Amino acid sequence: MSLDFSIVGAISVTGLNLMVPIALTAIGEVFGEKAGVVNIGLEGTILTGAWSAVYFSWLAQSPWVGLLGGALTGTFFGALHGYVAIWLKGDQIISGVGINIFALGFVPFAIQAVWGVQGSFAKCSVCGVPEISTPWSPLSYFVPLTIVVAVGFWYLLNRTRYGSITKATGENPEAADAVGINVERVRFLAVMIGATLAGLSGAFLSIDYTGGITKDISAGRGFIALATVVFAGWKPMLALAGGLLFGFAQEVSSFATTLPAIGHTFPSVDYIFSALPYVVTLIVVATAVGRSRFPKALGTPYRRE
Amino acid sequence: MKLPLIGGGRVLAPLEESAFAALMGFFFGGILLVVLGYNPILTYYYMFYGGLGSLSNVTDMLGNAAPLILTALTFAVGVRAGLFNIGAEGQVYVGAGGAIYASYYFLPAGIHLGFALVLAGAAGALMAVPTYLLKAYRGVNEVITTIMLNWTAYFGVLWVAIVLLADPARPEKTISVAPTSRFPDFLLGSVSTSALLFAIAVAAAFYVYLWLTPSGYELRSVGLNPEAARFSGINPRKPLLSALLLGGASAGLAGAVQVAGRTTPFALYTGLSNVLNYGYNGIGVALIGRNHPLGIIVAGLFFGTLQAGFSTVQLYARVPFEIIQVIEGIIIFTVAAPELYRRFRGSLKK
Repeated sequence: MSLDFSIVGAISVTGLNLMVPIALTAIGEVFGEKAGVVNIGLEGTILTGAWSAVYFSWLAQSPWVGLLGGALTGTFFGALHGYVAIWLKGDQIISGVGINIFALGFVPFAIQAVWGVQGSFAKCSVCGVPEISTPWSPLSYFVPLTIVVAVGFWYLLNRTRYGSITKATGENPEAADAVGINVERVRFLAVMIGATLAGLSGAFLSIDYTGGITKDISAGRGFIALATVVFAGWKPMLALAGGLLFGFAQEVSSFATTLPAIGHTFPSVDYIFSALPYVVTLIVVATAVGRSRFPKALGTPYRRE
Repeated sequence: MKLPLIGGGRVLAPLEESAFAALMGFFFGGILLVVLGYNPILTYYYMFYGGLGSLSNVTDMLGNAAPLILTALTFAVGVRAGLFNIGAEGQVYVGAGGAIYASYYFLPAGIHLGFALVLAGAAGALMAVPTYLLKAYRGVNEVITTIMLNWTAYFGVLWVAIVLLADPARPEKTISVAPTSRFPDFLLGSVSTSALLFAIAVAAAFYVYLWLTPSGYELRSVGLNPEAARFSGINPRKPLLSALLLGGASAGLAGAVQVAGRTTPFALYTGLSNVLNYGYNGIGVALIGRNHPLGIIVAGLFFGTLQAGFSTVQLYARVPFEIIQVIEGIIIFTVAAPELYRRFRGSLKK
């Protein structure tokens, strides 16, 4: 039965790797939503982060510059979203959708503009970072990093004064303002930090996980992360668990399509399996949402009276 | 009776804001074009020339406008009910699948098209049911549900296209829509003209429903002020269901228009390539059109022109056509903050 064991091992390692983008993005969004700002634009942020990570790796011939570029792209989109949502008191949902549609056009546009190829660019020789070798397949250093980030944000939110301040701006901005907290600044920072993690998730997908960029590399992960935030009840450690669940759902569904028995019984059944992670997300969210409690001022801009 | 064609206060404010957003989109899109080494003036020239330069371009433009108007109505009726329904994308796929499936039946021309439209609309509306159930009974935000359903529909329709609708002779496409269930050549020798008229008729029906019926009034009341609507005895679930089902049906019809009312394919292509992104682009059309059926028709024709121009842009200016979506993203982003325009106006006055 050593064969079966190796399959379980391979699935586990890939499942852990696939946990990373969803968990990192979700933890960042937990922080942003705790401060009262929803970022629907995470999907587009991951996608553009993934593109710019490849672009900067290619430009500087260094994957590390690429990772930094991907993360900073996230910061940039976070700042844009925060500017509209916090300083201009605009509509957070519309702004986020704008970012998503921009990314949906920008990434295939920029892939073709820069490398002259359509849809995907895989010939990036420097796109790749060291990985932890296991008996099955390589495990990304992003996996332990994501766990550290989850613990860090749990500590920040629950054990520090700054965490309390951030939560106050999302629960009761009037009271926070009354005790002298600069609500706008705290929220702006939270949104930028959250979006930076989304950009880093994109960089992980392109530089670490695939070693290239395709125009649909994010594949709904930004939205799955948003669902994870709700499922996790705005708790970083549960967001990590949610990421693990969805990462495994993705890996199991893509693994199932490779089983010859299934492939021969039903024609093109891999499409059905590809839909599985999204259906799982729906079911999980449907069972979880009833008992979660939203930050009170979530989604509403703060106007000083 | 006062028709709510224009907002209160400054009559032209919404028009100005939409125009400002469009200008911002072209301005920043132009900067991006320059940065990536393209000529923005030439690009924009071909974008409009490609949409309006010749008769076939015009019919192509009208053909693009029809599905965009229908998906924009999906989003707009949602917003009017206080929803953020971005499920049109997946509903377009299932609608297209439904319209093609109708071709397995043999019916007289006219009736056959009606049957295909009913199937497409019903398929789209059905896709919206989980969104209703999860929102009404579990409190799940519709943005998450609709996106997950879009992906589910994408893979589901890819599967159906292979197991149920495959063309045995041509693996790259499904069977073609039967000639009896295609839109008729109405004007200019193109099926697009009748498809566009159909889309405009649906927009008119949405207008009548939203502003001239009690049910439409309830829907808008819930959207404007859910608390007040509840106090006046409106059950919030009913408008929610109406907005989602009507929106789903409209997006399903957009899918039907795309396979039965366009000049060339009359089928779904590999990867659903000829029905992709109409749902997402409809959001931009709705926002520019201020979520009003009349504004949506105008904005739909505008975006239809841009899209019809993309083949010309690719050919002559050698710019990837996705620039249109980039511009649209910037436009939507600008619409999110009306304050941007107010500050811009303010700085002009100084």
